[in-house]
Amino acid sequence: MTTRNMKAHLTRRYMFSASHRLHSDEMSNEENRATYGKCNNPYGHGHNYALEVTVSGPVDEATGMVCNLVDLDGFVHAQILERFDHQNLNTLPEFSGRVPTTENLCIAIFDIVKRRFHKAHLDKVRIEETMLNSFEYAGDL
Amino acid sequence: MVYLTRKAEFSASHYYHNPAFTPEENARLFGKCNNPNGHGHNYTLEVTVKGAVDPRSGFVVDLKQLKDVMSREVLDALDHRFLNKEVPEFLTKIPTTENLAIAIWQRLAPKLKAAQLHRVRVYETSDLFVDFYGEDFHGEDFHGQA
Repeated sequence: MTTRNMKAHLTRRYMFSASHRLHSDEMSNEENRATYGKCNNPYGHGHNYALEVTVSGPVDEATGMVCNLVDLDGFVHAQILERFDHQNLNTLPEFSGRVPTTENLCIAIFDIVKRRFHKAHLDKVRIEETMLNSFEYAGDL
Repeated sequence: MVYLTRKAEFSASHYYHNPAFTPEENARLFGKCNNPNGHGHNYTLEVTVKGAVDPRSGFVVDLKQLKDVMSREVLDALDHRFLNKEVPEFLTKIPTTENLAIAIWQRLAPKLKAAQLHRVRVYETSDLFVDFYGEDFHGEDFHGQA
């Protein structure tokens, strides 16, 4: 066990594709259309999302690692990509009653990793919805 | 305070192996990276310095000086090398991206005069990078947790 060590931050990038429709049950159809524009199209549309997961911690003397990538990749593949890739986000339990904006997607993924992955400290989740916009969530600071 | 980032690329080979572990443990922990003949990457290095803008030059740091320090202290030592065999830090430490970021920080920090080193970022591939801010770790250690 390391007591005092150098702290490094490791970021791993993953891709997944999913569809969504931005629509809030709390708004009228007109309000939804005005708020979400094309994203309110009833049949939905899709994106290639790029997900970056950043973890941090001491660099283990024996392995030279903050976190074994096999563990992080295994977790993200099983718990995130398997569940989100090629899905309609609106149909997932995370988005029942919550609009699947990329803001909410960041929070949902951060919460899953934070709750279930215990091999390194989770710093933040960053998602690129397109090349032109990206979102980050580091928990409630 | 203004932050300035300079990018550089280098290519090197490495492998992961801890002589304290059995061959089986090494293979289990490090997988393909344990191949003793090594494998290579095209690394991208980003060095970020910070400082006040000099009122006369308008610079945080003279980019040429930063580029020269990076070339001399880092690229000359690492580019087209087998890290485990040719770079002193990695005769004893495993040349992971984490340790590479720390070694690069330790090579640069004492040589930078005008500007203060803020961050070293090393991309091993486009989908994996490590940031080091010169921080010591204090807190809960997750290593060895299930």
